[in-house]
Amino acid sequence: MRELLTGGEAVAHAMRQIDPDVVPVYPITPQTPIIQGFSKFVADGRAHAELVDVESEHSAMSAAIGSALAGARTITATSSQGLALMAEVVYIAAAMRAPIVMAVGNRALSGPINIHCDHSDSMLIRDSGVVQLFAENAQEAYDLMVVAPRLAEHPDVLLPVLVCLDGFTITHAAEPVELIGDDDVRHFVGDYDLPHPMLDIREPSTHGPFAMPDHYFELRRQQAAALDFVQAALPSVADAFELLSGRRLHAIEEYRLDDADRVIVALGSTAGTVKDTIDELRDEGERVGLLRVCSFRPFPAVELTAALAGVETVIVLDRADSPGGTPPLHAEVAAALYGSGCGLRGHVYGLGGRELHPEDIREIFALDHGAYIGVRGEECPA
Amino acid sequence: MAELTSWRELPPGGRVSPATAQQPHTGGWRTGVLPQVDLSACVNCLLCWLYCPDSAVKLDGTTFAGFDLDYCKGCELCAEVCPTDAISMVEEQA
Repeated sequence: MRELLTGGEAVAHAMRQIDPDVVPVYPITPQTPIIQGFSKFVADGRAHAELVDVESEHSAMSAAIGSALAGARTITATSSQGLALMAEVVYIAAAMRAPIVMAVGNRALSGPINIHCDHSDSMLIRDSGVVQLFAENAQEAYDLMVVAPRLAEHPDVLLPVLVCLDGFTITHAAEPVELIGDDDVRHFVGDYDLPHPMLDIREPSTHGPFAMPDHYFELRRQQAAALDFVQAALPSVADAFELLSGRRLHAIEEYRLDDADRVIVALGSTAGTVKDTIDELRDEGERVGLLRVCSFRPFPAVELTAALAGVETVIVLDRADSPGGTPPLHAEVAAALYGSGCGLRGHVYGLGGRELHPEDIREIFALDHGAYIGVRGEECPA
Repeated sequence: MAELTSWRELPPGGRVSPATAQQPHTGGWRTGVLPQVDLSACVNCLLCWLYCPDSAVKLDGTTFAGFDLDYCKGCELCAEVCPTDAISMVEEQA
């Protein structure tokens, strides 16, 4: 069924179809339409979750850990400052191996305070041990939400899965979205079957114990292995999803890479603009391509290196800065490509919702050095 | 002390199976004082059993049956809550 939906509404539909048991949530722009839409489904009797109106995002994630480990399928959503306030507990959710699904409407972190898109919020919890999948558009945000419980609840994963969708650009812009049937989604996600739910009175257990130096390191190592395992689990989950939807989800998407000498690497909705520009440039005879990273955590370094083999110049676009260091996606790609012989440069763009236009992308392909893009006072396009 | 296992064998997230609190004999941390009971004053209200943080008050069915010194840390809570002062703390002999 094809409907005209904003990304926020599409995610709310995915939540309605998954029909989770518990949704602890605190509203924040631009996540609001997700939860507003889902609350309406609950009020109308079309979804049956216990909606918990918590007093902060710190509490939202705390409640989510409790319910997910107690044996209830749990979904939440947040943005920006909400994610920042929640950050402490996001680390704990991953460490306690709570298979929570969370939508993140990406928004710049304060300050200055701003409500528009960049990826600084997601990058703040880059090392928390959660899965981070970035959608390109409303359709993919919906698809990733449907797939997320299967990944999160895989017995060898058991980690929070975050579906990241660009604030406003995806959360608030309407596009045609192909929805899967309600029964098909419910069958696809199946029952919530946690190996050792906390409220199993036949086998009570302690979750989240104190770990001294003789255990902490092993538990962190185990968590890293679980996150890595997502790379192995994704293809089979993507197969099942493709049977259902006809759409294929990938850790990385390769766009017109054949014979490309310059390739942009980017996350999120910007990839759409880059693709259109590449089509124009290809018509003009330029050998340009795009590699879109969907799975930022775990980072598919091996796949990415193979896809970029032989490319003359790799151009990484970061929608988050790392003052005093290398921006996150650039650092990741640089580590993956080390020794490959590819040329590499990086650009920070789009902070706080600054637009990136096709003409900017043309300029980026034409540049010969890394630089901030689209900021007044730089020599590069503004 | 249980043998230390590799990260591959630990339960996900460090989940701990039931009843492992029986393993460490917390009585080894005792502060130097022991609870002593005057059974003639005991009214079997079981407040000491209810309050003891280490399950060191033994029962025989529903009747007070003394202290399990393997777990008593000498915290004095039982003596504090006893309504008839049947429990007092005495210095432990070294």
